[in-house]
Amino acid sequence: MTIDWIHFTPWASLAGGLLLGLASAMFILINGRILGISGILGGLLLPRMGDIGWRLTFLLGMAAAPFVLSLALPPGSIQAPRIDAGYGTVAIAGLLVGFGTRYGSGCTSGHGVCGLSRLSLRSLVSTLTFMALGFLVVYVARHVL
Amino acid sequence: MQHRISEFFVGLLFGVGLILSGMTDPSKVLGFLDLLGPWDPSLALVMGGAIVVGVFAFAVAKKRTLSFLGGELHFPTTSTIDRRLVIGAVLFGAGWGLAGFCPGPALVSLAGGQTKAAVFVGFMLVGMVFFEYIDRRSQRSRSI
Repeated sequence: MTIDWIHFTPWASLAGGLLLGLASAMFILINGRILGISGILGGLLLPRMGDIGWRLTFLLGMAAAPFVLSLALPPGSIQAPRIDAGYGTVAIAGLLVGFGTRYGSGCTSGHGVCGLSRLSLRSLVSTLTFMALGFLVVYVARHVL
Repeated sequence: MQHRISEFFVGLLFGVGLILSGMTDPSKVLGFLDLLGPWDPSLALVMGGAIVVGVFAFAVAKKRTLSFLGGELHFPTTSTIDRRLVIGAVLFGAGWGLAGFCPGPALVSLAGGQTKAAVFVGFMLVGMVFFEYIDRRSQRSRSI
């Protein structure tokens, strides 16, 4: 294994991670909610009365992030994202992520951050499984095919 | 109203965290998942940083009966490790490894105006609707 020192961003990633933790902390302590994106979004598809507003305001806040950051930081200070996958792959990936996160009751935020933080064995199993599959798929795509 | 302000602000904070951490850049996510390539360990620090803060927060939350705003604390109720959990994580992990997007970063990138993120989110919603259909059907067959 060799470390990719060129792309390694320890401080930005650590700072970003602390913010993700802070947001998850605030959501459970102030609002009494688990910050899990797939659950928050998925709960809007067959909405129940009185269970819609909090989901929408949270998602609106999240959607405002690129705009707010573009005002706060000088242009060019954040590296533009690169998506190498083609449209077909992106579509299949979307289907898998949408169905899989709902079927398995959570994604990187709900299981990976909140679940591990509350020491849930269920979330540990989920996180280890989806990480393993992520490693496996990238290994096959980049080093086997 | 306090609830609404807090929800919006938490969402904003989470979105900013995703962008700063590099999670919204699929090439960076795949650089982390590619253990045998030149490996970019950044995302381990994202997870580590988030969990360090989260562990304290949930330790406090578990001792409370109400949230700071006086509402109910909605903790997950299931703790069983079943087939659904594992199969779901397998499918999610495979999709994550294919494109480098998980749900939060995809939504933020869509809001940032990226076409491929829009396609991803569109199909992700289709997958989520399909789940609702399957879930309904299995509930019906259980109740018969």
